[in-house]
Amino acid sequence: MLKIENLHVYYGAIHAIKGVSLEVNEGEIVTLIGANGAGKTSILRTISGLERAKEGTVEYMSQNIGALPATEIVKMGISHVPEGRRVFTNLTVTENLELGAYLSKNKKANAASMKLVFEHFPRLHERRNQVSGTLSGGEQQMLAMGRALMSKPKLMMLDEPSMGLAPILVRQIFSIIEEIHKEGTTILLIEQNAHMALSIADKGYVLETGKIVIQGPAKELLESEDVRNAYLGGAAADAKC
Amino acid sequence: MTITQQVIQQLINGISLGSVYALIALGYTMVYGIIRLINFAHGEVFMIGAFVGYFAITVLGLPFIAAIIIAMVFCAILGMIVERLAYKPLRKAHRVAALMTAVGVSMFFQNAAIALKWIGASPKGFPRVIEVQRYHIMENVSITSDRLLTMGVALLLMFLLQFIVHKTLMGKAMRAVSLDKDTAQLMGINVDKTISFTFALGSALAAAAGVLFALNYGVVVYQMGLLPGLKAFVSAVLGGIGIIPGAMLGGMLIGIVEVSVSAAGYSMVRDAVAFTILILVLLVRPAGLFGKNVREKV
Ligand SMILES: Nc1ncnc2c1ncn2[C@@H]1O[C@H](COP(=O)(O)OP(=O)(O)O)[C@@H](O)[C@H]1O
Ligand SMILES: [Mg+2]
Repeated sequence: MLKIENLHVYYGAIHAIKGVSLEVNEGEIVTLIGANGAGKTSILRTISGLERAKEGTVEYMSQNIGALPATEIVKMGISHVPEGRRVFTNLTVTENLELGAYLSKNKKANAASMKLVFEHFPRLHERRNQVSGTLSGGEQQMLAMGRALMSKPKLMMLDEPSMGLAPILVRQIFSIIEEIHKEGTTILLIEQNAHMALSIADKGYVLETGKIVIQGPAKELLESEDVRNAYLGGAAADAKC
Repeated sequence: MTITQQVIQQLINGISLGSVYALIALGYTMVYGIIRLINFAHGEVFMIGAFVGYFAITVLGLPFIAAIIIAMVFCAILGMIVERLAYKPLRKAHRVAALMTAVGVSMFFQNAAIALKWIGASPKGFPRVIEVQRYHIMENVSITSDRLLTMGVALLLMFLLQFIVHKTLMGKAMRAVSLDKDTAQLMGINVDKTISFTFALGSALAAAAGVLFALNYGVVVYQMGLLPGLKAFVSAVLGGIGIIPGAMLGGMLIGIVEVSVSAAGYSMVRDAVAFTILILVLLVRPAGLFGKNVREKV
């Protein structure tokens, strides 16, 4: 479904992504883990068309999307839940969701999508008329995910959805990701919370300073000594999750 | 005439003038909100709008309201062209570069107006399109029909703007783009188109203000955008630049203060008052009445 090959991304002179290749097949949950600054966000932003690769290809549904504007990429069914949620804090919950369906002029279909979002996130329904800047961090994460669902994506990319949330909320968010996946959406999940991410994923990639250093089935990564030592922090991480 | 009557009368006059400032201020504030640019050419859009209205009435023989609409459409298109040619190429440049460009565009329009033979340097009388009547509201308090029309049109346009910004998808997109352009793109919002639309809206409002102003003062001239433009800019800063209701309130307040200063017998300094207010706001509360006081990095 999504195939990235030999991707190189620069910020001026900074070489942030150094030849990354990865693949997401339809129906999978794929996770990309790595420490802060490894380049996870840069990869997602490049897929979405917010950054441009200097070298390499991004192929989606057998089509090269590397040069398309971000608005076209959304249209093709990729939606991106950005790092730090980035809800439109000056707009209400409902308005945020409406913008999630910006490209769809079909009012009926949009109303149905909103209903579905409210089923996943009853909390958002309670707060639907509230200005989203007044929501808690967890609620904003739900809104960012709900907003991304409004465009009925085939591929949903999430950038550290658990960031800064209490463990109980993290579990809730992850179980909703699994629900969304069961309904037929392919997932590319970025996390620093490697344990949680690997436990729901089919496949994992480990990124270190712009390069993929380990990759394989999520189960194997969970058990791998290298990953355990570097990213799961042994027993400490197990306790945290 | 009692003090109360005086005050009510000046409030009416002030709100009438202020509603024109408010219309112009909205353009400053919306453009600032979306691309963080003080569009110093905005006063010239106001002037051009007044001239388009003038020609629509004197040459085409159109009724006043039709003249306003034509001026609005003309300036909406002009605003989009200016944005596309002058500001869009500088979107990633330093803000001072865009600011200087805006000053340049302003000078360009003033000089182009002088150079055009149907405009020129000398003022032209704006036709008396409506019969000026005086309506008595209470003893010693009255309002003239041209002022009433000005207020009516201005309020209607502000109401329309609020509707567009809050109820339409484009308006929601405008607010999203002004907050976060990257995330707006992730929704599929076309940022360029949204910015263009914002210029169109702001310019159309300035054009309407130009025609209304010309009606009230009975004259159109190439420099007419200068003072109202600056006062409207002060209004936008007073209300909190980037904040739409702030521009409306700021415009009304500047209008009321200006009219009151004149009425108190200090009409010599009435233009200086707006600038005194600007300095005070910048010193005491730079974010304006409605703004959150956060320091902005330049
Ligand atoms: N806009 C930017 N300008 C310059 N450098 C950046 C920018 N964004 C990210 N970087 C750099 O690129 C590298 C990867 O960052 P990022 O993709 O955000 O990593 P992660 O999401 O894994 O934390 C880091 O070294 C970061 O400092
Ligand atoms: Mg990141």
